[in-house]
Amino acid sequence: MVLFVLRRLGLMVLTLWIVSLIVFFAGQVLPGDPGRAILGNLASAQSVQVLDHQLGVDRPLLVRYFSWLGGAVHGDFGTSYAYRSAVGPLVRSALFNSLKLALLAFIIVVPLGILGGVIAALFHGKWLDRVISVAGLTLATVPEFVSGIVVIVIFGVELKLLPVSAAAPAGASAATQLRDLILPAIPLVFVLFGYIARMARAGTVEALDADYTRTAMLKGLPRATVIRRHVLRNSLLPTITVIATQTGYLIGGLVVVEDLFNYRGIGNLIFHAAQTKDFPMLQAGVLIIGIVYAVATLIADMLLMWLNPRLRAEGGSS
Amino acid sequence: MTAEVAVSVPVAAGPAAATRWRLLRRRPAFGIGSAIVLFWVVCAILGHQIAPQDPLAQSLLKVNIGPSGAHWFGTDDLGRDVLSRVIVGARDLLLVTALATVLGTVLGTVLGLAMGWFGGVFDLLVSRVVEAVLALPSVIVAFLFVVAIGPSDLTLIVVIGLVFTPIIARTVRAAVLSERHLDYLAAARLQGEKSPWIMFREILPNVLPSILVEFTVRLGYAIFTVATLSFLGFGVQPPTPDWGADISKEYINLPAGYWWQTLFPALAIASIVIAINLITDSIEQVMAA
Repeated sequence: MVLFVLRRLGLMVLTLWIVSLIVFFAGQVLPGDPGRAILGNLASAQSVQVLDHQLGVDRPLLVRYFSWLGGAVHGDFGTSYAYRSAVGPLVRSALFNSLKLALLAFIIVVPLGILGGVIAALFHGKWLDRVISVAGLTLATVPEFVSGIVVIVIFGVELKLLPVSAAAPAGASAATQLRDLILPAIPLVFVLFGYIARMARAGTVEALDADYTRTAMLKGLPRATVIRRHVLRNSLLPTITVIATQTGYLIGGLVVVEDLFNYRGIGNLIFHAAQTKDFPMLQAGVLIIGIVYAVATLIADMLLMWLNPRLRAEGGSS
Repeated sequence: MTAEVAVSVPVAAGPAAATRWRLLRRRPAFGIGSAIVLFWVVCAILGHQIAPQDPLAQSLLKVNIGPSGAHWFGTDDLGRDVLSRVIVGARDLLLVTALATVLGTVLGTVLGLAMGWFGGVFDLLVSRVVEAVLALPSVIVAFLFVVAIGPSDLTLIVVIGLVFTPIIARTVRAAVLSERHLDYLAAARLQGEKSPWIMFREILPNVLPSILVEFTVRLGYAIFTVATLSFLGFGVQPPTPDWGADISKEYINLPAGYWWQTLFPALAIASIVIAINLITDSIEQVMAA
């Protein structure tokens, strides 16, 4: 078990290092220099040079990479071009906001998705199964800006039930914050429902076919008991992995939703950094998303290991 | 953006390709999906010929007119015909998604075959890069590169193609690994056949069904990604008609009651996404049968 954890940690660090390479060198493709981009065409060549020196972008590429990476490891992501202040604290508060929204979406979608998938599996091959599967897949691929606008028009503009902007002032009560986040969470729930239902369905179909299920049925156990005690226990394990891999998406895919609802999360931060060509901010945001994804998958692997004694035995021996 | 889950589809060794094709054509969902996709492909190819009006022609006298006989889908805030923009808007979206998915599938197949066949250190190293790319949502990776290189159809095709490559490679690798121990490969090796021959002439035909399923699944995601990027202003650039970009420009007029400007492009996106999912679902059903 300890060996498995160490190996997984090692691989995670390696993956994150490659992410850092992608993130850093993508920023270097940009022609022209940041000083000119910030000061505009009218600035003198000398002041551009001074600013470039201040930002440290006149140093050789590898020196810049290692100083950026060294800073990032310590939580220092440099200075934002657009805000002229440290990137770290801005990214941290945005990440915290996004996590709140993501958590709400998860609390709604996980039970719904599992329920949908299990129902589809119990009606395997019937029309209800096809409807749930195709609807899930479709909801998962209809862009959030389409479902988000539909939600805004119905609940915000026509019915005026809920606020269409999630820009609650800092320190607003938990109830206000929650009310603001319900509408933005809906498009995320739509996208995630399909994946979770799909995995839950696949796992349940497999477990329903398994010998132990047949044995339990033949023993004469009631169908409901068989499903609860034998099928679901085995079928829901793979679903955990999907939920974890979706965390990365949730944090990153928030771009559209946070923009639509004017919510100050990490997606919005990255979007504005991209619009203003604020590379330190963009790089920090993307790197953070990579880290969140890596940590989430690591936790999922551990959880899976802990819940499944067979994997635990294999992991321990290798 | 895209959430990436590689759900590998179990492909039964059962019926031959011809039988599968016959089974596929009999499914109503496949028929409906294909008809809708075909409709949009025709719009993409003939766009300007079949559009009732010039999608770029502005008219100050005809702004924000609701649907009528003269303008079936109404006009936008610059007086442009929404129906014509929806028809012509299929062009860039379909072109970019199709080419990007083909690029990603070809590169991913080559990479996946090599990973599965050679294994060892090569597989280990490439797997890490695959993991790294999977850790980042496609829309976000596209941001990085579109901001650095500048938005254009070519940038979109290359970036989305490259983002999809590792995902497809992972699926192909898994399919190759399940073939690796089979007798026909041992036989091919004993005959002294070279690696490229074995990979492309022996393994590829056998993993082709999995690749086909993956291709249609990715096509759906490509539309999602391109439409989202266009909506955010990083995809197809105005004034070129595009569903995502048009929605982003017009949806602020919704509270004023100009619903047609947003509804019709949104329906267009929804229709093609649903159509592709109907096709994907049918293919998966037939493959698993």
